Amino acid sequence: MTDHLALGGRAFESRLIVGTGKFGSPEVMADALAAARTQLVTVALRRVDLDAPSDPITGFIDRDRYLIMPNTSGATDAAEAIRLAKLARSAGLPPWIKVEVIPDPRYLMPDPIETLVACEALVADGFTVLPYIHADPVLAKRLEEVGVAAVMPLAAPIGSGRGLKMEAAIAIIIEQATVPVVVDAGLGVPSHAAAAMEMGADAVLVNTAIATAANPVRMARAFALGVEAGRTAWLAGRAPELSSASASSPLTGFLGSPESQAR
Amino acid sequence: MTFSATFDPRATRELLERSARASSAAVRAAAQRGAATLEDAATLLSPAAGEQLEELAALAHRSTVARFGKTIGLYAPLYLSNECVCTCTYCGFSMGLPIARRTLRIDEVVREARTLATRGIKSILLVSAEHPKHVYPEYVAQCVRETKLIAPYVALEIAAAEEDDYRRYVAAGCDGVVLYQETYDPQAYATHHLGGPKKHYEWRLDAPERASRAGVRHLGIGALLGLADWRFEALALLTHARWLERHCWRSQINVSLPRINHAQGGYVPKHLVGDRDFVHVMTFLRLALPTAGITLSTREAPQLRDRLVPLGVTLMSAGSSTEPGGYGEPGAAGEQFELEDHRSPEEVAQRLRELGYEPVFKDWEIMAAPVARAVAD
Repeated sequence: MTDHLALGGRAFESRLIVGTGKFGSPEVMADALAAARTQLVTVALRRVDLDAPSDPITGFIDRDRYLIMPNTSGATDAAEAIRLAKLARSAGLPPWIKVEVIPDPRYLMPDPIETLVACEALVADGFTVLPYIHADPVLAKRLEEVGVAAVMPLAAPIGSGRGLKMEAAIAIIIEQATVPVVVDAGLGVPSHAAAAMEMGADAVLVNTAIATAANPVRMARAFALGVEAGRTAWLAGRAPELSSASASSPLTGFLGSPESQAR
Repeated sequence: MTFSATFDPRATRELLERSARASSAAVRAAAQRGAATLEDAATLLSPAAGEQLEELAALAHRSTVARFGKTIGLYAPLYLSNECVCTCTYCGFSMGLPIARRTLRIDEVVREARTLATRGIKSILLVSAEHPKHVYPEYVAQCVRETKLIAPYVALEIAAAEEDDYRRYVAAGCDGVVLYQETYDPQAYATHHLGGPKKHYEWRLDAPERASRAGVRHLGIGALLGLADWRFEALALLTHARWLERHCWRSQINVSLPRINHAQGGYVPKHLVGDRDFVHVMTFLRLALPTAGITLSTREAPQLRDRLVPLGVTLMSAGSSTEPGGYGEPGAAGEQFELEDHRSPEEVAQRLRELGYEPVFKDWEIMAAPVARAVAD
């Protein structure tokens, strides 16, 4: 059976979503997207020149191959996020929106209250909405209730590359979720992505770790492999983790032996 | 509580005196801690740090790429007016200097902004000298509103203003305010600002926090290197930036330490800053302020600008003119200072691409109504 990511009414073979910021050139970005074998890419609307067909970002993304999901980077409250989403849609970008409402320019932490308000309005307006959130299980449920297509909890601060710092909270979100959980932000190396997938995340989003690697194209490929390994491990069902060694012969192994049957 | 009430220039100087004898091991430890304290920061400015510049520059480069990627934002200044009631020793617009004075009409501002737009510029810094009769709040707000119809990002570098006036500029579409203290040393400040409203050190020092309270998203702060000791300016700027990060947490902080260039009036800086010290200060800013934007203007020569890019710069002006109306009809009015980098925006962009960086002309969208673009509901 093929293992697809069902998201927003579409099926994706790849579970690696890639962001398009921070690349040294649009050519390297395009090659990295190909190497990542992604099918879904995020684009900061504020970076896109909607009047220029040769825009350095959207001009280099093959729309037959990748679904472009604009994000609301730069918005600091719900009204701004809603406005940016509508601007993206009216410019002909797909009605998918990654909601980022970030009032804090240093640690780039999302505002939970404004995010919820924006998501409710955008779902009602017909958008496929994926909110970027702190790893807050109650917020994730509240967002599900307003009809988001997925939740995107952060693993660690954006761009920090620190890995699954929010692991315990993300585990609760995954356990309780009725929509896909995309672990977003803070994944620094493919093993972080693999670990998130092993936990049961439905997908991961990676940008900085690929874009700022010494060789972004090779790192994109490595992340694709990490995601695939983690997902396969999740499907395989991991062996339980034990605090002590486990003998390969259980204590009752003697039962059924010739010695036992003789009695 | 304002920054001016907490900032202690004497304590800043004492920190630098104590760190002057720092060892190279102390420098390494301070860098590893990301200059967590002001003592660490002073250590990173020490002569010992200057001898480890290559090592510190490598750290600064890594930190910059991790946070900002290999991208450089480009912008251009648009000078509104060179009419000024202030007497400042180093400035080409200083009152009484025999230059052609001019304040652009709104239609002239629009024409200048359109000229910049045809050159690819989408981020415009409106700059003005200080003359309340010619450059008053409604005029500034109108300039912002009209420019915002042409460029998605508009910032102001004008006289220190009241909080209510900043509020008015934000409502008109102002995204950022740039206001350099010129010098953080109160004695040097008094020596160089001899007349006019700019004489008031504290009023200027507290302007960025007034702007932030009014809703300005991006605050640009800095000092003009050459008026006082560069180490003092750098540590004071860091102190200011960290205070703003804590108290004005919604605003992105950008810093800059431009060097004085030749201007009408012929001021010769007392505290010349050589290229090596300039590289030291840029490296210091990046290591001590990993999330701050660092701006580099066309005051610096092209070859040096190219070399400073990997060290921490995130924003550069390009194709600049420092005279009002200088894009449409250059030479008709006096300029503020002489530029070193005369390359066009596209030439700068091309050079950045050769260096492996993506030049970013557009990194902003109009966030709130009124809007230039029709949005389908």
